Amino acid sequence: MDVLKQIGILLGICLLGEGAAALLPFPFPASVAAMAALFVLLCAKGLKPAQIQQAGDFLLKNMAFFFIPAGVGILENIDALKGALGAFFAVCALTTVATFFAAALAARGVMALQKKWKGGRS
Amino acid sequence: MEALWNSPLFGVVLSVFAYRAGLWLNKKTGSPLCNPLLIAVALIVATLQAFDIPLSAYQQGGQVVGLMLAPATAALALSMYRQIKQLRRHLLPVVFGCFAGSCASVASVFALCRLFRLDQRLTATLLPKSVTTPIAMELSAQAGGIPAVTVAAVIFTGILGAILAPLLVKLFRVEDPVCRGVAIGTSSHAIGTTKALEMGELEGAMSGVSIGVAGISTVLIFLFL
Repeated sequence: MDVLKQIGILLGICLLGEGAAALLPFPFPASVAAMAALFVLLCAKGLKPAQIQQAGDFLLKNMAFFFIPAGVGILENIDALKGALGAFFAVCALTTVATFFAAALAARGVMALQKKWKGGRS
Repeated sequence: MEALWNSPLFGVVLSVFAYRAGLWLNKKTGSPLCNPLLIAVALIVATLQAFDIPLSAYQQGGQVVGLMLAPATAALALSMYRQIKQLRRHLLPVVFGCFAGSCASVASVFALCRLFRLDQRLTATLLPKSVTTPIAMELSAQAGGIPAVTVAAVIFTGILGAILAPLLVKLFRVEDPVCRGVAIGTSSHAIGTTKALEMGELEGAMSGVSIGVAGISTVLIFLFL
């Protein structure tokens, strides 16, 4: 299938996402609205994965490339970090461990409950 | 010379080659510390400084590259859809694990920022640090943070997650592959997922799915902040 059409479909969904985000009464990221819309479309079989495959895989495979300008933007904001660099790294490190722990614990707890529920039923 | 960097093409071309260099170095060393995005940003910053090129000249092309961020985020739906069978099978542990992890992330960032007396702006910048970059950037901007600094926090978190994952798995005795995947994907998004993939197929798939689920969870948590 031709790639231009695939790009058109993806950009069209993003445009719809921006429209939807503007209509919502609370702040909501437009790209996440587009992601949710695309996921629903795929699940509802309104769109086949093959219809966006090449363009989608190109974007996924090179995802990090598209963040480069955003990362370079840090040049402008270096002052905001001055004097807070140690705290910045400490917050990142400690919260990563806390997040890991909470996610693992919750997933394990739910799995144990499911097992118990299944065991009680049979 | 100036005519060269006053074209939007300058930023695009520089980005492409800096990224290629980053990919090459990452492959060569195989270390998560050599993150391609980190290397590309460092190379571009060094180039701009060395030739005294204004950031605004680079950003003309940068805006063109950044325009593709939205469709790249939307494309995450495609990778989630491909794992739908696994997602359905482990729906509850994934959803609850991601949601609990995202809550812990936001709450612990908030508490630690208070503890370290970071201002409102830096707190807003750090709050979405555990989710995938495009979502984190939008949430940061929305909350009044600095998206560029958020990108740095997200990358640092991902690298740290990838390095720490094998250790944390042992420390917290996380033996189930689904739990491992959910914990890694929720705490350190796509960079951590590369490590989860090394642990096993199910770990990798669960970690990949968790990137999207944790992203959406964090967006929902932000609605109530």
